[in-house]
Amino acid sequence: MSIPHLLVHDHKDNVGVVVVEELKAGTNMTCVVTHDDSDFELESRHDVPIGHKVALADLDVGDTIFKYGEDIGKVVAPIKKGEHVHVHNVKTKRW
Amino acid sequence: MSQKIMAYRRENGRVGVRNHVVILPLDDISNAACESVANNIKGTMALPHAYGRLQFGEDLDLHFRTMIGTGSNPNVAAVVVIGIEPEWTKVVVDGIAETGKPVTGLSIEQNGDIATVAAASRVAKEYVHWATELMREECDVSDLWISTKCGESDTTTGLSSCPTVGNMYDKLLPEGIYGCFGETSEITGAEHLCEARAANPEAAAKFKTIWQAYQDDVIDAHKTSDLSDSQPTKGNILGGLTTIEEKALGNLEKIGRTSTYVDALGPAEEPKKGKGLYFMDTSSAAAECVTLMAAAGYVMHTFPTGQGNVIGNPIVPVIKITGNPRTVRTMSEHVDVDVSGILRREMTISQAGDSLIEMIVRTANGRHTAAEALGHREFVMTKLYRSA
Repeated sequence: MSIPHLLVHDHKDNVGVVVVEELKAGTNMTCVVTHDDSDFELESRHDVPIGHKVALADLDVGDTIFKYGEDIGKVVAPIKKGEHVHVHNVKTKRW
Repeated sequence: MSQKIMAYRRENGRVGVRNHVVILPLDDISNAACESVANNIKGTMALPHAYGRLQFGEDLDLHFRTMIGTGSNPNVAAVVVIGIEPEWTKVVVDGIAETGKPVTGLSIEQNGDIATVAAASRVAKEYVHWATELMREECDVSDLWISTKCGESDTTTGLSSCPTVGNMYDKLLPEGIYGCFGETSEITGAEHLCEARAANPEAAAKFKTIWQAYQDDVIDAHKTSDLSDSQPTKGNILGGLTTIEEKALGNLEKIGRTSTYVDALGPAEEPKKGKGLYFMDTSSAAAECVTLMAAAGYVMHTFPTGQGNVIGNPIVPVIKITGNPRTVRTMSEHVDVDVSGILRREMTISQAGDSLIEMIVRTANGRHTAAEALGHREFVMTKLYRSA
């Protein structure tokens, strides 16, 4: 298998992490779930910096973001599958 | 069967991996005298800091605990303490003397800086002669006390460098090392998982009390927005971390899969429940946290970073681990262990843990870390409240 573009911690997760530099919109990404090394493909819709997240599914306002199989916050602006997920569309549920 | 290292066995039986002669100021106004002594006598090191005047109560207790703990650390061979007045200076000297190591206190009032520096320099010179004749001897890796804290984290730390430290703990804690993790604020979002990793109900309850006190006394008392716009940090956000929950889950990867903590400690508190992993109530600011863990007696520190934190400590070698290939490319002089192969699926977490253990052994034997070579000596005291 080629070097992955995106790593996902857990099968429950709805986001993955870009692990290559200069990922461009329209890339057919090789994605690996680190929990069991299973893989799948997904097209990126944005240029996304290394370390930043991409949505694995369409997400609506109020949905919970899962990473490590755990709740890491809530969606505050609609997100399409393959789009960049960060502080512009996700917030903490604390404080 | 534990690996062997060549290290310094101190008077109290503890094992150190460095052999510093420290010139320790009791208070901020004694920094200048300590720095003069360190300039006079080569092979000594002053540890200037900002506090030590008009403190009281728990805040003063922490000040003394940090001073005494720093001088008592097994990486320190001998200590000269200088304070403005003799009484509090004696508190620190007596505390350090309990280890059995050479320690002398001097005070400045009614002597002046010049006479104090002259007298302290003569003592420091004798300590350097003595310490430089001490020989490393064969010890076990299991004699080490190894702490951890991550910094300038990003999403790669949770995928690679933090689980590398966790794998090291899962392998070395069963051999008998002491471990330590902290960062009370950065457990927020994973506090339920942290509570569940306690080895006994008492440790779990102590952790929960510490964590809740932080929420009530610090966050709720002073908050402006998301942790007053401090968590995640601007560097974390640049690196792709979006929320404190996400950051906390990556942070907690440092304690591995099987390790459990036997006690929850106050800041700079020495572990007293035998070998194993400990939680410590600390700030998540790197220099403050490492200073507290060093004062508790930890002799080596493992530091995962994503975006590239450059921190070091004057008495404890800080081993930097990163899995971010961009940081390896742009800041290689700060990286001791490169685990970026994990992100390319060329290296397993277990292989990365083994490479960290190898670097721990080499560092214990005397290899200077990147932070030591670059002169990073961040010594930062934690202060609990305003002085009187």
